Amino acid sequence: MAARSTFHAGLALDAHKQQACGTPIVELPPPTQVVLALDQGTGYSAEPVVTVGEAVAVGTLVARTDHPSASAVHAPLAGIVVAIETREAAVQGGRSVCIVIDGDGSDRIDDSVRPVADPAALSPEELVQRLRDAGIAGLGGAGFPTATKLASARNLGAHTLVLNGAECEPWICCDDALMRSAADDIVLGALILRRAAGTVRCVIAIEDDKPAAIAAVTRAIERLRDDALTLAVVPAVYPQGAERQLITAVAGVEVPSGGLPADAGVVCQNVATAAAVARWATRGEPMLSRLVTVTGSGVAHPCNVRAPIGTPLAALIAASGGYRGKPLRLIAGGSMTGRALPSDEVGLTKAMNCVLVATRDDIGSRLGAVELPCIRCGDCADACPVGLLPQQLLRAALADAHDTLRQLGVRDCIDCGLCDYVCPSQIPLAHRFRDARRRLHEAEAMARKAADARERHDLRKRRLQAAATAEQQTFESVRDRARRPGDDSTGDTN
Amino acid sequence: MIAHGDPATIPQATRTDMRFDTSPAPHVIAGYTVPRVMFQVLFALVPAGIAHVALFGPGLLLQLSVACVTALLAEAAALRWRDRDAAPALKDGSVLVTAFLLAFSIPPLLPWWLGALGTALAVLLGKHVFGGLGQNPFNPAMVGYAILLVSFPAEMTRWPVPMDVESTRTWSELARMSIAGFYGADLTARWDGYTGATALDSIRNGLDLRYTLPELLGRDDIAGTLGARGFAWINLAALAGGLYLMLRRIVRWHIPVAVLGGLLVPSFIAHGLDSGIALGPALQAFSGATMLAAFFIATDPVSAATSDRGRLWYGAGIGLIAWIIRTWGGYPDGFAFAVLLMNLAVPFIDRYTVPRIYGRQP
Amino acid sequence: MNPGAIVVAVLVAAALAVTLGVALGWAAAHIEPDADSLVERIDALLPQTQCGQCRYPGCRPYAAAIANGAAEIDRCPPGGEVTVRALAALLDRAPRPLDPEFGAPAPAQVAWIDEAKCIGCARCLPACPVDAIVGASRQIHTVITLQCTGCELCLPPCPVDCIELRPAPAVSQRYSQPRAA
Repeated sequence: MAARSTFHAGLALDAHKQQACGTPIVELPPPTQVVLALDQGTGYSAEPVVTVGEAVAVGTLVARTDHPSASAVHAPLAGIVVAIETREAAVQGGRSVCIVIDGDGSDRIDDSVRPVADPAALSPEELVQRLRDAGIAGLGGAGFPTATKLASARNLGAHTLVLNGAECEPWICCDDALMRSAADDIVLGALILRRAAGTVRCVIAIEDDKPAAIAAVTRAIERLRDDALTLAVVPAVYPQGAERQLITAVAGVEVPSGGLPADAGVVCQNVATAAAVARWATRGEPMLSRLVTVTGSGVAHPCNVRAPIGTPLAALIAASGGYRGKPLRLIAGGSMTGRALPSDEVGLTKAMNCVLVATRDDIGSRLGAVELPCIRCGDCADACPVGLLPQQLLRAALADAHDTLRQLGVRDCIDCGLCDYVCPSQIPLAHRFRDARRRLHEAEAMARKAADARERHDLRKRRLQAAATAEQQTFESVRDRARRPGDDSTGDTN
Repeated sequence: MIAHGDPATIPQATRTDMRFDTSPAPHVIAGYTVPRVMFQVLFALVPAGIAHVALFGPGLLLQLSVACVTALLAEAAALRWRDRDAAPALKDGSVLVTAFLLAFSIPPLLPWWLGALGTALAVLLGKHVFGGLGQNPFNPAMVGYAILLVSFPAEMTRWPVPMDVESTRTWSELARMSIAGFYGADLTARWDGYTGATALDSIRNGLDLRYTLPELLGRDDIAGTLGARGFAWINLAALAGGLYLMLRRIVRWHIPVAVLGGLLVPSFIAHGLDSGIALGPALQAFSGATMLAAFFIATDPVSAATSDRGRLWYGAGIGLIAWIIRTWGGYPDGFAFAVLLMNLAVPFIDRYTVPRIYGRQP
Repeated sequence: MNPGAIVVAVLVAAALAVTLGVALGWAAAHIEPDADSLVERIDALLPQTQCGQCRYPGCRPYAAAIANGAAEIDRCPPGGEVTVRALAALLDRAPRPLDPEFGAPAPAQVAWIDEAKCIGCARCLPACPVDAIVGASRQIHTVITLQCTGCELCLPPCPVDCIELRPAPAVSQRYSQPRAA
């Protein structure tokens, strides 16, 4: 089955994937210390359930949450909690409360870690809850809790589960490596996810520039003989792996603006998430580790590393042979959407699929960029996979014209960065739009708060008035009664 | 599976000393910059320039030099008055494109001060009064050209008789005449017979005198096998340059195709209805400024419509208005006015051709 | 020139002037500008802190004062320059700097009660313009942070100075940002 690219734009970018992808996967030994950010990349944090000085084992729950956008965090190694404090982290805003655990070198495993005897015996609802307890989150780059997506898919009656193996962003190849080495895990996880989401079918989507992964997944599917689990080969065009674009390419439907994929009957999960679900099912292991690409001209031996969540990036870079040359930027993610980090002390998060150590060779084009006036060339609109008009959005963003921004679809922007990439005037469009979205969000929050205050103030005024009127009436009736026995001569003029 | 790189061996210095820059994504860009785009456009004009010089003498080179110098000076002055840094704007090449387009549009015999005046007006009135690069609603070169055309109609319609009409003339004679014209000498005295109207102009005057088109085309000083004498070659060369720009994806197909469609479809129909007076599509396509306008002038992105659909409407409008002016208007060629009129319509076109956003109802 | 034509022209012009004058006069007298809707629109731009820094008892009275010309648009420090600009745009006036007489703009803040010091006197409760303080006599009070506008009106009545202003929590950092994988 081959699907065509259905978004009208996009670009074929330099992939830079061969080097890291050609090297075998490195299994990182447990580091001496892990830094577990309680915000694992979604912008919402879990709450710690351990205290400083407490001993933890592999798989001990250290932070729990009821928030649908946050995921539970488990200790990936046995040791002692040495700090719970705000630190630099690979999250929005750059800081998060982190639990720091010093390893004691043992491999004590928490009692709660037990293989699931028979996942098929669990009801879909139980399955979703167990996945939530296991802290399973999307490994594709957003880190969104899998259980929340599955629950909304169930509620909205989604019919198709799309497993995202497109991995369209330059440099990143951990999903490719995983598909080649653990296709059976992915297929097993796909079946569990399909059951939990209640969808009829499951499609695994892979870009056509990964023939080895396609072959491995094809073999795994054939071994299974399940008609409702199929493979879709999609063209290697950036941003093919963006959730909405992939859904359109694979399922032929568009996710409504402002809606969820489940509104279009589709739920999307990353292939690595499926493999993590399989790990949970076969070993009872909550989300403790992930496969991450460590690459860029700034590391000696680019490779894919399986590392515990919370591993300081310095340890990952050391596992890849250490720094080489003059690294300028440390990017969590790929070169198009990755977040530049201030230091290599931050811990690996569930959302981090790549550590790109960039030198001038990699990002020279951006470093040398000088912003010029927009010449309305329209290259940005041509590249935009969502069909936005970035040049008009830019004008609205600079003017802070909120209505225009909403109307032009600043919130439909998927932040792929292509407009920025192609702009001959080298305007940092994606950044301006991100900023505009934040300001729009703040202005709306302020407006809501003001409306709320106005209503409360009005209600209070009315209540005080009613109280004053009642008091006046009481006063008058008392006075009238006091005056009734005679003495009307002064005349009650009130 | 292999394991190497024990984290215990990581030097502490790298852990604490390394601070990285945290600029926002994306971290790479294509690096296809405005200056590169502009210089590609200039490069694509070279074939048309060679044809121009070969047929009409070196006048173009004189006009180009005066236009470029004036344009750079005017740009620098305007930026100075506006308190802006002049260096990047002078280096981005956009003002040179304006100068080139104007120099290609005006007759090569024009006195130098008219070329300078037109260029200065193009840069100042066409561009900087609106706020400089990217803000001008009109194509600056066409603003300058239109002002010159309505102010100096005689000078602006006097072209050398091209080499392929009068083979007895030598190129050195043309060169001497071009220099004389450049310095403002009275060309009628010494060079009468060496200058004349363009082919489109001659056809217009002939039709006004009740000649029929076949009679006029029978005269070998007006048209050759393909199109107008002289201009056919320039149009062919401009077409080649334009195709190069399309190949390099600097110009996309929408505007040129729409301009040619807007011009050629009505002329095809009109020619079919009355071949006695209506110019056929081949003559329209390879006369006057057709190819220059379709590939180089109308495609100026700043003053064009934004979306692909909008660009089709915009281009078709230019072609159609040019055809109307050529057929019924008071000027032999109408591209300058067609482009300016459609520039006016751009906000309107943009408003009704917004592309559909993913996930929204059309 | 025909004198008759001049007379006709003068008469026509005069008749037009009289008719239009009467119409305008009638309109001025009978079609009043919708003062209420103007007050609403001004009120919608004010930050609704109900702090009274403008010397009016709340945002709506200030909006009414602006609408009938009794007050300038430069009296709202919590709204800051943004509000002045928005008001100027709505009323088609030139924006002006805030009048320092009415205070200086400050970062958003919320009241916080030190429960160790609060004696439960309940005097701050009626001072709050948006009923954001929960408490009762001889019970410890607390401020509903989400609803507090930071107006500072609860500070003066407190006999033990147990209320302090703290920086308001940031409006949610999170905004819709789907990402390419």
